[in-house]
Amino acid sequence: MAIPFSYSLRNLWTRRLTTVLTASGMALVVFVFAATLMLAEGLRKTLVETGSYDNVVVIRKSANSEVQSGVDRAQASIIESQPEVARGTDGRLLLAKELVVLINIPKRESNKPANVVIRGISPASLLLRPQVRLSEGRMPRPGSAEVIAGKSIARRFKGGGIGETLRFGMRDWTVVGIFDAGTTGFSSEIWGDVDQLMQAFRRPAYSSVSFKLQDVTAFDQFKKRVEGDPRLTVEAKRETRYYEDQSEAMAKFLRIMGITLTVIFSLGAVIGAMITMYAAVANRVVEIGTLRALGFQKMSILAAFVMESLLLGLLGGVAGLSGASFMQLITISTMNWQTFSELAFSFTLTLDILWKSLLFSVGMGFVGGVLPAFRAARMNIVEALRSS
Amino acid sequence: MGMGNGKPPIVEIAHLSKSYRRGSQTIPVLEDITFDIADGEFLALMGPSGSGKSTLLNLIAGIDKADEGTIRVGGVDITSLSERELAAWRAANVGFIFQFYNLMPVLTAFENVELPLLLTGLSRNERREHVELALQLVGLSDRVDHYPAQLSGGQQQRVAIARAVVSDPAILVADEPTGDLDRVSAGEILQLMDRLVREFDKTIIMVTHDPRAAEKARIIRHLEKGILTDSDGQPASPVAGS
Ligand SMILES: Nc1ncnc2c1ncn2[C@@H]1O[C@H](COP(=O)(O)OP(=O)(O)OP(=O)(O)O)[C@@H](O)[C@H]1O
Ligand SMILES: [Mg+2]
Repeated sequence: MAIPFSYSLRNLWTRRLTTVLTASGMALVVFVFAATLMLAEGLRKTLVETGSYDNVVVIRKSANSEVQSGVDRAQASIIESQPEVARGTDGRLLLAKELVVLINIPKRESNKPANVVIRGISPASLLLRPQVRLSEGRMPRPGSAEVIAGKSIARRFKGGGIGETLRFGMRDWTVVGIFDAGTTGFSSEIWGDVDQLMQAFRRPAYSSVSFKLQDVTAFDQFKKRVEGDPRLTVEAKRETRYYEDQSEAMAKFLRIMGITLTVIFSLGAVIGAMITMYAAVANRVVEIGTLRALGFQKMSILAAFVMESLLLGLLGGVAGLSGASFMQLITISTMNWQTFSELAFSFTLTLDILWKSLLFSVGMGFVGGVLPAFRAARMNIVEALRSS
Repeated sequence: MGMGNGKPPIVEIAHLSKSYRRGSQTIPVLEDITFDIADGEFLALMGPSGSGKSTLLNLIAGIDKADEGTIRVGGVDITSLSERELAAWRAANVGFIFQFYNLMPVLTAFENVELPLLLTGLSRNERREHVELALQLVGLSDRVDHYPAQLSGGQQQRVAIARAVVSDPAILVADEPTGDLDRVSAGEILQLMDRLVREFDKTIIMVTHDPRAAEKARIIRHLEKGILTDSDGQPASPVAGS
């Protein structure tokens, strides 16, 4: 049997000041580690939740996003006539031909301009996105210079509030409603009548055609037919997939930044743990010699000290994670690098990030503790006992 | 002759040598030592500082390696055991008593005494019974939950003795067990060790400088410059006690 767990635990408690200092170093690293993962996750979640699995987005082939895409009226009609497009209760197609344009408007607080997505919508646009709900005011009247703004826009941009006016496309637009799209990317968009917006921006083509599938499983057959049709130069993606692809670049950037920072910081924390554990071994040479004399195997000594270091890491991990979990209260707004528009999202802690962070902290404890533990285990019994 | 109790030997040492290297120099510590210790003996090992007493004790206890010769304990040649086997052998056969008690400061008296039992197959309940019995034997039943720092030196040494006997090993090795104690406490410890030999048939090998301690022992051996002699100064006979 092994040296009791309480031996490792109580030794940490006995030198609690050192324990707290060492664990704090690890906590900082875990904090950075968890926070970047939470950031990437928050971004991913926001973008992915923006889409629905049974919706399809059709954009121009090799356009990464709606902003760069163009689907002309003729091609849009061909897509409209495909059998996979679902119909609503009123018999009308659940299909929206939309225009997406980036505009530059100033923020409320700083007056600094930032990119914002303007989406020209069709009547079916709202039906396709049940997560979008008009929370204040009314929908824009067709044929008028009226728009509705996502709640994030209303809060953060000049002229975004209800009753205010926004200027773009060489016209003034009145905000007649605010819509709530939860944590999805739509909350950072402005919506108006597609025909009005195409006129204002002098765009001859739509940006995308989105529709609901009549049968969720029919996506592959639709994609194959449409992408093989010589009259069309489009690409079809499930909406979830489309938005996930959008988050890729940013998520990658965050991951690389996170890993770089974490590696640099963790080096320091691991060295700190190592120093602490070497000191712990040096202070307990006689104890180690005694345990070995009593008949405990080298492995048991190794395990006891590794355990102590793992606990140290775990302590740091829990502390760092608790700190990071408070970050969930903060909302970040950043550039969506795919569309270069403003996007608001929050740090999101998931079970996956939780255990990854704990594993990482325990891993640091292990790396810091393994060499000192080997020193303890390899000690000559007689020499260890003589040092009393 | 020295081996006076007529019982068969429990420790048989033959042609034992040990030297230490210090740089290019070789310092002989023990030279061709041959002697037996009878079962149930209480033996005091005396001699000037640096004469190799601790070294000899450590070899018998299986925590040091000899250069030459054999040590048989209870019929087992421990010089031929691997490090792993030796650790398991110590757990089952040797009880240790140290000058500075060597208790784990973060463990209670109970937990310290329980340590050797963690290396046996005993259940939790059996362990508790054994530990309580051992602490009762040394008269510390009321100090079960005390940490070493909350005990006097004499009490700590009694806990250490409880730890040494709890797994019922055949031999006990004690290196200056009274070296750090006042006269009264030392007397109590020696009394206890005497009882272990008389009532529980333990074999005790004790290294000591203290003549009063040696008095308690039934046999005194002297070690001088690596050579073992009887109390009368004659070289110890290899066939002593047989
Ligand atoms: N690791 C070592 N390296 C070198 N020499 C050693 C080592 N251990 C012991 N010695 C030497 O071996 C000799 C015997 O040491 P040992 O500890 O057995 O003596 P001792 O009789 O127990 O002395 P004391 O009464 O002072 O405890 C001493 O000269 C000592 O310096
Ligand atoms: Mg000595």
